[in-house]
Amino acid sequence: MSPLRVIRTVTRKLGRQMKLVIAVIKPFKLEEVREALTAIGVQGLMVSEVKGYGRQSGHTEIYRGAEYVVNFVPKIKIEIVAPDDQVDRLVETIASTARTGKIGDGKIFVVNVEAAVRVRTDERNEDAL
Amino acid sequence: MKYKLTLAGALSAALLTAGPALAQEASPEVPANSVYIFNTLLFLIGGFLVMWMAAGFAMLEAGLVRTKNVAMQCTKNVALFSIAALMFYLVGYNLMYPGDDGWIVADVIGAIGAKSIDEVGGNDLATGYSSASDFFFQLMFCATTASIVSGTLAERIKLWPFLVFTVLLTGIIYPIEASWQWGGGWLSDMGFSDFAGSTLVHSAGGWAALAGALILGPRMGKYKDGRINPIPGSNLPLATLGTFILWLGWFGFNGGSQLAMGSLGDVTDVSRIFVNTNVAAAAGAVAALVLTQLLYGKVDLTMVLNGALAGLVSITAEPLMPSQFMAIVIGGIGGVIVVLAVPMLDKFKIDDVVGAIPVHLIAGIWGTIAVVLTNPGTSLGAQLTGIVAIGIFVFVVSGVVWGILKMTMGIRVSQEEEMLGLDSAELGMEAYPEFGKGSQFV
Repeated sequence: MSPLRVIRTVTRKLGRQMKLVIAVIKPFKLEEVREALTAIGVQGLMVSEVKGYGRQSGHTEIYRGAEYVVNFVPKIKIEIVAPDDQVDRLVETIASTARTGKIGDGKIFVVNVEAAVRVRTDERNEDAL
Repeated sequence: MKYKLTLAGALSAALLTAGPALAQEASPEVPANSVYIFNTLLFLIGGFLVMWMAAGFAMLEAGLVRTKNVAMQCTKNVALFSIAALMFYLVGYNLMYPGDDGWIVADVIGAIGAKSIDEVGGNDLATGYSSASDFFFQLMFCATTASIVSGTLAERIKLWPFLVFTVLLTGIIYPIEASWQWGGGWLSDMGFSDFAGSTLVHSAGGWAALAGALILGPRMGKYKDGRINPIPGSNLPLATLGTFILWLGWFGFNGGSQLAMGSLGDVTDVSRIFVNTNVAAAAGAVAALVLTQLLYGKVDLTMVLNGALAGLVSITAEPLMPSQFMAIVIGGIGGVIVVLAVPMLDKFKIDDVVGAIPVHLIAGIWGTIAVVLTNPGTSLGAQLTGIVAIGIFVFVVSGVVWGILKMTMGIRVSQEEEMLGLDSAELGMEAYPEFGKGSQFV
């Protein structure tokens, strides 16, 4: 077996997988989501500004008499790496806090994480989170 | 206007030396010294206010171009103002004001030579003002004309050919056409009236810009597949600030054009001019505000800014005679013109980045025609003659110059440079280095 498959098999057997939660939300919801995540014990996360569209496609504006279509809508992307057993709570918290019920609320994806390292101390995997 | 002033100055001086008999009949006259001082003061204050308009143009244009072209736009504005200062001294002033006897071709082409100003501590009381103050004031009008051109041609013109054009515009084209009116040339002889330069400065700049825009071509991606693609400006607060700066400077532009402040009548006239100038701008802004709301369902800030400027340009041909109400009408129509003219230019595929052609050329024509509404000493025929003559002269000569520049130096940057942005391509720097390329599609 390749080393990668060994790691995967071992970590799965140990039930110690890590997941990357990627959440794209409306920008004005960021503060609310951050506070909710702090309340459930999340200690770190990454935020970036992105643009995109889903089924909420763009709208037209007029600049000096000429029409143009604004295809991309600004969103905030939050990324959190967490142990497997915390992921469901994370996703539920983000979704319920960021939800407005109107079109454009965003999406959440969960992705497997192979490894994690804390740069300062060289702690690995769960200890690095 | 200029030759009238010399007469007034001489007349005041004569009255004062006429002796006690005359003085008893007239109300207390301002002494000749004070007349000289006040006239000079008006030129100096008006002059630096119009100089401040250079900052206004720079900020307005910087705000309406994309971030990748902002530093270039600023460079062009600083450079053209400085070139105007040099060229007007070296060549322009005497070409524009040859005096009664200095014409090379009577009333058409003025004198060649650099301008000399007063001696230290000098005062030629008879003229009524210091020649340095007069030079300083008139120089600013030359610079304003050059500023108009840089806005239209932004984001795709090469720097040095543009500056070469500016040398010729400020040294030759503007001085010649302005001499026909303010220098006492043939247009003033036949009754054309342009108080502060709706045609001489604003339309002239607009014609030069139009000629350039036609020969230069539109920006890449502006007109594609039959569509008109907006290219939004990068900094609307700057554009707004620039407009307010221009508005302020215009009090010097129009107020200073009274050319005299040494009498009760003159200083009162200057105050009338300030009031009319201001309210015309306001009317233009409100007209654009209302019209864009009606036409597009949303107010367009850039159109409101253009509207205010169009109001200012419209009143510039006659800011003294109108009542405030008429000034509102004149300025308001200027605002309407701009809102209609901007999309119209796009329909003709003439790419004017800042709307200088609607604001300066078209509103300038309107303002020059509107003179007959409030100034009984003018005629539509004379106004139209001036508009057409100066229009043809500036447009054709500018077109020739742009054409020659295009064939020799080339006036347009390459497609790759245009995509990259003039700041990187021609200057090697960024206006906002920490903000990156942002959200631009073109």
